[in-house]
Amino acid sequence: MEQIIANGVYLGSQYAMIALGLTLIFALMNVLNFAHGQMYVIGGFVTYTIYGQWGLPFIVALAMSCVTLAILGALIEKLLFAPVIKGSAREESTMLLAAGIAFLLDALILLIFGEKQRGVPKIVNGVFNYDFRLIMPYDRILVCALAVLSVVSFIALMQYTKTGRALRALAQDRVAAQLMGVNVDRYSMIGFALGALLAGLVGGLLVTITGVNLGMGGPTSIKAFMMVMIGGAGVISGAIWGGIILGFMEAIGLAVLSQYGDITYLLIFVSLMIFLAIRPQGLMGKPWG
Amino acid sequence: MYRRTILKSTIAAVALSAFHTTPIFAENPTLKIGFVGVTSGPAAAWGISNQRSMETRAAWINETGGVTIGGTTYDVEIVSFDDQKDPKRAIAGMEKMAQEGIHYVVGPNVDDGAAAVRPVAEANGIMYFPYAFPKELYTAPASNAVLGMVANYQSGPAIYKYLMESKGVKTVAFVAANESDPLSQRDGGIAAAEALGLDVVSANVTYQVDTTDFTPVLTPVMRTRPDLLVLSGVSPANAPQLIRSARELGFQGLISTETAQDAGVLAEGAGDLANGFISVGGASTAELASPMMNEFVQRYTDMFGEYNDESNTKVYALEYILETLKADPAGIMDVEAFKATMDTFEAPNPYMKGDAKLRYVGSSSFGQKRQLAVPLVVNVYQDGAFETLFVAEVD
Repeated sequence: MEQIIANGVYLGSQYAMIALGLTLIFALMNVLNFAHGQMYVIGGFVTYTIYGQWGLPFIVALAMSCVTLAILGALIEKLLFAPVIKGSAREESTMLLAAGIAFLLDALILLIFGEKQRGVPKIVNGVFNYDFRLIMPYDRILVCALAVLSVVSFIALMQYTKTGRALRALAQDRVAAQLMGVNVDRYSMIGFALGALLAGLVGGLLVTITGVNLGMGGPTSIKAFMMVMIGGAGVISGAIWGGIILGFMEAIGLAVLSQYGDITYLLIFVSLMIFLAIRPQGLMGKPWG
Repeated sequence: MYRRTILKSTIAAVALSAFHTTPIFAENPTLKIGFVGVTSGPAAAWGISNQRSMETRAAWINETGGVTIGGTTYDVEIVSFDDQKDPKRAIAGMEKMAQEGIHYVVGPNVDDGAAAVRPVAEANGIMYFPYAFPKELYTAPASNAVLGMVANYQSGPAIYKYLMESKGVKTVAFVAANESDPLSQRDGGIAAAEALGLDVVSANVTYQVDTTDFTPVLTPVMRTRPDLLVLSGVSPANAPQLIRSARELGFQGLISTETAQDAGVLAEGAGDLANGFISVGGASTAELASPMMNEFVQRYTDMFGEYNDESNTKVYALEYILETLKADPAGIMDVEAFKATMDTFEAPNPYMKGDAKLRYVGSSSFGQKRQLAVPLVVNVYQDGAFETLFVAEVD
């Protein structure tokens, strides 16, 4: 039981971080960013290159992952999404654009970083072992703590800073925010950059545990969408709860159902379908959007 | 206007990544050899190592004047198609090869893709060289598929027997990804282990292909305390993480797989925790590799920046095709002539030291010679490199 709880907390914290960036972008721009997983992968590869290949300190690599993805996110919003949103009233235009960006990033990742699985040296050695009832490597404990710290920092940013207030206003009502003097174009770009930064941060953190390869992008996006559906699209607290719930469902399923084969995700998908049929707006979402 | 340009660039980039051909700029006539396999997504490493091995060898041949078959010297062109590990795309890829008049295709990399392309290959007179293990592809009445590597049901028993005799292994646990290839390899491994008298203590634990954290997956397996943990059909992307999680959970037994791995990937992903990991490779280790193999590795590295140890096995398919065509040039247009040549074909193996031969095998497993005689080299990973554990032959 201790191991299941520890695995659930660890998985939940990393999933929550992945979902946060995705739901932020959706809340601000009504864009389903199918390229979120690829951004996560790029974050992992940047940390791999700087920390694993160049030998610079991990914290420098992590910061560079955040900066790289923030710049990439800002450019994607400014050059691709903003013109499409202004020029097309059809929501599927941004979805197709996001899918196209995901394919493009996949191709670029293959060209730049290659096809192989990559990994970096452990940031902390050693394993916490409580009588073989609870086993957790110290690097996972550290990454879990950093993930929780990042989520708390993000919430504080959104609650207590001018930028956070502007982003929240934008998420609640774009027209009203504009009428109140919020520079919608600027804050859309900042919001998208922040969402991409979060993907880069979690990619940089998790490369120390899971490594990174070019195929991780698509599955990561799918999991992130599941968390957002559980918690409620466009709601920050929903993304956090979605991540925690999915993390615990996975940890419990893998422990309890292991002898029946890989049915954990089958049951999670079935549960999700039933849940969405009853509450389509998710746990924290509002029925009116 | 600007937006259109960006969209066009995006479409062009995606299209280029899907249909990739190696251009040839020479005066010799061209001999096209196809590749249909997975070069994107989580299993991309499998197909890319195939494709790059072929491209490296083709560039080498072209640079040195081409390959002479039946008095005509050809440049070799590799026509590649990414099937994205999707059987429907694999069929489309094989149809593309047929439209281009290609009679020899390397791939696909996985079971369902290899099975799916069979009707297209047989209808269009294409010999294909899958890296997939279903026996029905290679047993009569099928005759167009040639297994490009050593199958798990051939290597598994050899590894288990060796470990029983030399390491005293008595209990074994199997873990596999939840998709067709690893599951069929797991089932084959379980049957082989039980036939040898091993006690299978865990066989049902599987994981999603896109799993990145294996600690929750392996926790119940570790409770069974096996002497040997077999990672059935494990991809090079997942192997380091599985090894690392198993060791961090306190597992001190042996870990093995029947798939080829890359030492660099293991070093980065698992470090010293991968020491002792047993896998199947080609003529890779220093004690086996010929000067030509070493030059191939160097050329591959120069061309693509980094070598992939999986190519130690995948270098062979193109060599077999060209050498068999040299033995009977009629095979260029008539695969029936190629099939007839396979029964008696023999040529020196240029990638191994000693008097090893290129020849077709498989009579024991398939009842006909529909397998490349790739050396069954069982490696053990130690401090960043593979060492040869033992070498065996398949027939």
